[in-house]
Amino acid sequence: MDFFTFLIQTLNSVQYGLLLFLVAAGLTLIFGIMGVINLAHGSFYMIGAYLAYGLAPIVTGMFGGGFITTMLFGLVVSILLGYFLEWAFYSYLYQRDHLQQVLMTYGLILVFEEVRSILVGDDVHGVQMPDWLSGSIQLNDVMTYPTYRVFISGMCLLLAVGMYIVLTRTKLGMMIRAGSVNREMTQSLGINIQFLYRVVFASGVAIAAFAGMVAAPVSSVYPGMGQGILIICFVVVVIGGIGSIKGAFVAALLIGFVDTFGKVFLPQIAGVLVYILMAVILLWKPSGLFKAGS
Amino acid sequence: MKKYPVIFLGCLLLSFAAIPLFGGDYGIDWMTKTIIFGIFALSLELLVGRTGLVCFGQAAFFGIGAYATVIFSTDVAQPLVAFLLPISVLLAALYALFVGALSLRTKGVYFIMVTLAFAQMAYYVIHDTPIGGGTDGIYLYVKPNLPGNISLNSSLNFYLFTVFILFSVLGLLGLITRSRFGRALLGIKLNEQRMKATGYNTYFYKLAAFVISGAIAGLAGFLFAVKDGYVNPELLSWHQSGAVLIMIILGGLGHLRGALIGAFAYNLLEEFFRSEAIFGVFTKHWHLGLGIAIILCVALLPKGLIGLPSLWQNKLVGKTAETPDDNDQVSSSGSGH
Repeated sequence: MDFFTFLIQTLNSVQYGLLLFLVAAGLTLIFGIMGVINLAHGSFYMIGAYLAYGLAPIVTGMFGGGFITTMLFGLVVSILLGYFLEWAFYSYLYQRDHLQQVLMTYGLILVFEEVRSILVGDDVHGVQMPDWLSGSIQLNDVMTYPTYRVFISGMCLLLAVGMYIVLTRTKLGMMIRAGSVNREMTQSLGINIQFLYRVVFASGVAIAAFAGMVAAPVSSVYPGMGQGILIICFVVVVIGGIGSIKGAFVAALLIGFVDTFGKVFLPQIAGVLVYILMAVILLWKPSGLFKAGS
Repeated sequence: MKKYPVIFLGCLLLSFAAIPLFGGDYGIDWMTKTIIFGIFALSLELLVGRTGLVCFGQAAFFGIGAYATVIFSTDVAQPLVAFLLPISVLLAALYALFVGALSLRTKGVYFIMVTLAFAQMAYYVIHDTPIGGGTDGIYLYVKPNLPGNISLNSSLNFYLFTVFILFSVLGLLGLITRSRFGRALLGIKLNEQRMKATGYNTYFYKLAAFVISGAIAGLAGFLFAVKDGYVNPELLSWHQSGAVLIMIILGGLGHLRGALIGAFAYNLLEEFFRSEAIFGVFTKHWHLGLGIAIILCVALLPKGLIGLPSLWQNKLVGKTAETPDDNDQVSSSGSGH
């Protein structure tokens, strides 16, 4: 493997890892703060991708198009969706035990998938990428790297930094961190925990949907895309330590590298590698790499 | 006097007897499938409902049992139940021993995910290597014979055999529940720390439960392979593990009959939402109905279907307090970690 092939694979690993991080961050926040195991989180990724596909013609008709405009519309829709879902379904789950949560969110997966199938059908669709990003970067005489993939990594990184700043430098972030450590104490300090939950949930949904939207031009949109990423994101959350954003970040990049390079070097067992990694890490550190709240 | 288990057993026997008389071939086929899933659900109930271990990789044992059945009968002219059944149960139990020994070091949500990871490993081994025929799956051409050369080719024979296995499993699990071992498992579910302090080596109790559960799941897999005559990697997928978990939660945890009621309800719902007579062209989207039904169940029946009679009773009498039901153990809803 020469240097440029290695570089390309490294860029791919980082891009995949960052994408996983966006979905896993919402999952780990929702679990860490509200104590809800949200199996339907992968569906939000799927919904995001389909929003990018479905909104594009509408936005083009109304505003003359624009990739960024479509994404902004998608974000607004997904925030509203998250807010609604928390109010209608998830707020009833906080007092229930984990198995009830698993059952209800499994039901939601089925509903989301079927509604998607009714509205859009079961075909695979491509999503147009914007012209100004469809080029590629020349690495050497023969090898190039698509600009759009660099754009994905950049957007994900930007969002990750934004999340870090909000969580560590703002009052809202302080309340969220407090809520994840001790729910009752936070409430007794006069913080509106219900509103906090709704905000966290809606942003979790929006971030996962954003990941889906930004990935759609590369991955295209297809049935079942949410469930594949859901399981991998659970692996990320568990390796990182449940509730820990930092852990999710490290674990997502780790998975990104192991999966991408596994497919290059050991294609026969590439599917298993991620799970072997998780089993080994959990046997070594039974509660993940980073403890929650750190 | 325990009222509900007796009523339940009565209904069970009655419906088992009625199906061959009135159900026809389709009815027998449906009932056989449902019983097999009932056995599968019972295996998980031993872990989740009795021991408090939420295993999200039960399909691996089911699939290994099914694959062993088919693989070990390809080179023989007439396969025998007396050979295939023990070997598939044994292989499933061995894998359960391996998985359990490692994953029982973790707890709670981590345990859920590690069991899922090991199931995914088994899935990819079957999916990507030639031993299991890859994604195409493999066919079982000749159905095995019972001792005395009774063929399982006839669907009635196979149905009766499945019913027999179901009652054997129910009997075994009933014995376990009443034994010292079963009490110890329940103690672990309620408070593992206290059981340790009392001097129990809880690790080995949990491991034993895990292996028994895997063996029963392998048994269900054996039956499934013989019934369908075809196995594919989807048997080991996490959807399958999810579906069986849904069955026991739907039915209600902490009771053996909960697992069976859950399996019945799940298959009935599937049958209902897939029936063309009621939903017409919409049957393609039967998952939508199933999903809504599951959500309603969570909203309205926090104790699962098994809590229905006591809910109803409370309504009739107008009490707000829970009536003490026929529980043969401590309150059942507090499952988890």
